[in-house]
Formats: sequence, structure tokens, C-alpha cells
Amino acid sequence: MADTLENITAQYIDVLAELGNIGAGNATTALASLLQSKVDMKVPQVKLLEFKDVGAILGGEEQEMVGSYLGVEGDITGSILFLVKKDVALHLVTKMMMGYASGDFGEMEQSAFKEISNIITGAYLNALSTMTNMCIYPTVPDLAIDMAGAILSVPAIQFGIYGDNILLIQSQISDEIEIDGFFIMVPDIESYEKILKALGLIS
Amino acid sequence: MVIKVGMADMNVCAGSDSIITMGLGSCVGCVLYDPVSKVSGMVHVMLPDSTSITQNSNKAKFADTGVAELLDKVIAKGAVRARLVAKIAGGAQMFSVNTNSPTLRVGERNVEAVKAKLSELKIRLVAEDTGDTYGRTVEFFPETGEYHIRAIGKELRII
Repeated sequence: MADTLENITAQYIDVLAELGNIGAGNATTALASLLQSKVDMKVPQVKLLEFKDVGAILGGEEQEMVGSYLGVEGDITGSILFLVKKDVALHLVTKMMMGYASGDFGEMEQSAFKEISNIITGAYLNALSTMTNMCIYPTVPDLAIDMAGAILSVPAIQFGIYGDNILLIQSQISDEIEIDGFFIMVPDIESYEKILKALGLIS
Repeated sequence: MVIKVGMADMNVCAGSDSIITMGLGSCVGCVLYDPVSKVSGMVHVMLPDSTSITQNSNKAKFADTGVAELLDKVIAKGAVRARLVAKIAGGAQMFSVNTNSPTLRVGERNVEAVKAKLSELKIRLVAEDTGDTYGRTVEFFPETGEYHIRAIGKELRII
């Protein structure tokens, strides 16, 4: 039985890559209709990073970011973190609110960003649900606006139980600006096996 | 020189250098220091207990093994055990979804575990800035013994 992240990582990375493609495709379509503008997407990248390298990819541990964290329930359990830089989050929220957003990320803006993160994480979860034929539901998200390192400590600690790496999907979407979004899914250990089994990758 | 400590990492420092860890969330930055020789060290622990986890070779990752290993390192660098004191920071709860989940309460548990290890090793905890819901960048200056804590939208706190 696979009991460490290392043992299941190689296959799981392939799953995430496929999930990233379908999920980002869904998310792009959903975002375009929400923001009522043309949105382009690059091929998402799956990255397995050592803890010490995680800060650099996000622009430093102190980079101010907005993270939306939600639980996953149903046939599998775990959690999801969707993370973008604060200025990017403000850009998205401003567009969604048709210019009525204020610059300080208050309650209205946070609520709007939760909606955006619901749509994006929903797009990924739908992709996973379709691929595996499993029922998967997200819980209500919670936001943190803080330093990248501090927000990332939450999934890093969850990965820390299994090893010294963190697994993330980096997806780049652009409308008027480049939107670098980071998507981190941490299934509970027994859920990894369920996902791999459902896809026929392990028996 | 500023000596950097990453996630699940530790380092020692002395003289006019300082030691820093950036963007501390639910993890804890524990400093041990000898006020006379100024030899100091910092460990950035992520999880409370190494004994409950099979992948436990990285000692700096856990409160129990991390603090013990840091103690050995500062003594090897010239600190005198009887003079050592500790300062800790971090252990925030970044998200409040489903707070009964042990993973989300990990900040609190990290702080408790570091304190328990310090007391077991008979090292006095002289200052702390822990808990709450925001990230911290922490920097320790051995010459003055000051532990500087910076957070977004907050004034510098020195403990």
C-alpha cells in the first residue's frame, strides 16, 4: 500500500496535469462569462517543489497574496487552496464588480473574490469528478490576505506529513493582464488511492 | 549578514549577523540564544510531533526533534547550555474553515509542542508572539537579543 507521497507522486502528477488542463479550460470559460470578456489560457504546469523553493515561484515569501481555502467532501476528502497575487485578485474583483470595487479589499471585494474562487475551484473539482466518476463537493471558502509564505504554510504542513515537497498547479490566464493562479489540492492520504484506483492507475 | 532559515529548516548565527525567516504562518520560529556569548540559532518547525509520522528524517520539521537538534547546534557553536533562553513566534491560524480539523489548529499545536519541548529541556521561554490569524516575518539579532516581528499592516513588534 502506498503510504507516502513519494510512492504515489509520479502517477499522481500525471493525474494533476490532466486535471490541470481540463480544469483550467473549464475555469477559463466560466471566468470569461463571469467577467464578460475574452480570456486566454496557457497550458497549466504541474510543479513538485521542495519547501525551500516554494517562496521563489510566487515572488518571495513576503509577496502579498489572496488565498481561498476550502474543504473537499464526498467520495474523497481533503482541501484546496487557490492563490493569486493581491493586485491580480483586485483586478479580477474590480472587473467582476464593474469598476465598483474599492482598492482596499474590504468585505464586498472579499465576497466577490470568494465567488471567483468558487467558480475556479468548482471547475477543477468538476473535472476531477468527471474523470473519476466520483461525487466531490467543495465547502464554503475562507479567505486570507497575507504573505505568500504564511498562506502556503497551511498546505505545506499538510504535505509535510508525507514528505518535504509541495505539489501545485500553476495556471496562467490572461485578459488584459497576466493572471498567475496557483492551485494546490491536498487529498487526505486514503483519497490519493481512491483517485488513482478510480482512474484505473492502481488496482 | 542576514542568515536565512527556510520552511522546515534551521541555522545558527552569532556576532553582528542576524537570522531571519520570512512569511511564517502556522509554523513556529523558535530562537535559542546565549546572552553572554551571543551564539544563537533559529528553527522553523511545521509540525508538532515526529513520533506520529513515518517520514520524519528532517529533524527541523518537527517541534520535538527540531528544538533538540537546534540545542546541539548552538552548543557546538559555543553557546553555554545553562545560559540559554528561548523566544518564539508564529503559530497563527491562517484559515477558519472547519476549525475542529486538527490540521487547521496546527499553529496552536505547534506552539504547545515547542513550549513542552523547551520545558522538558529546561530552557526558559522569555518572550513570545504567537497565535492570532496573520503571517509574520521574524528576525533575531544576537547582539541585542531582540526578536523583530513584522506583519502586513501592523507596526514592527520587538520582543
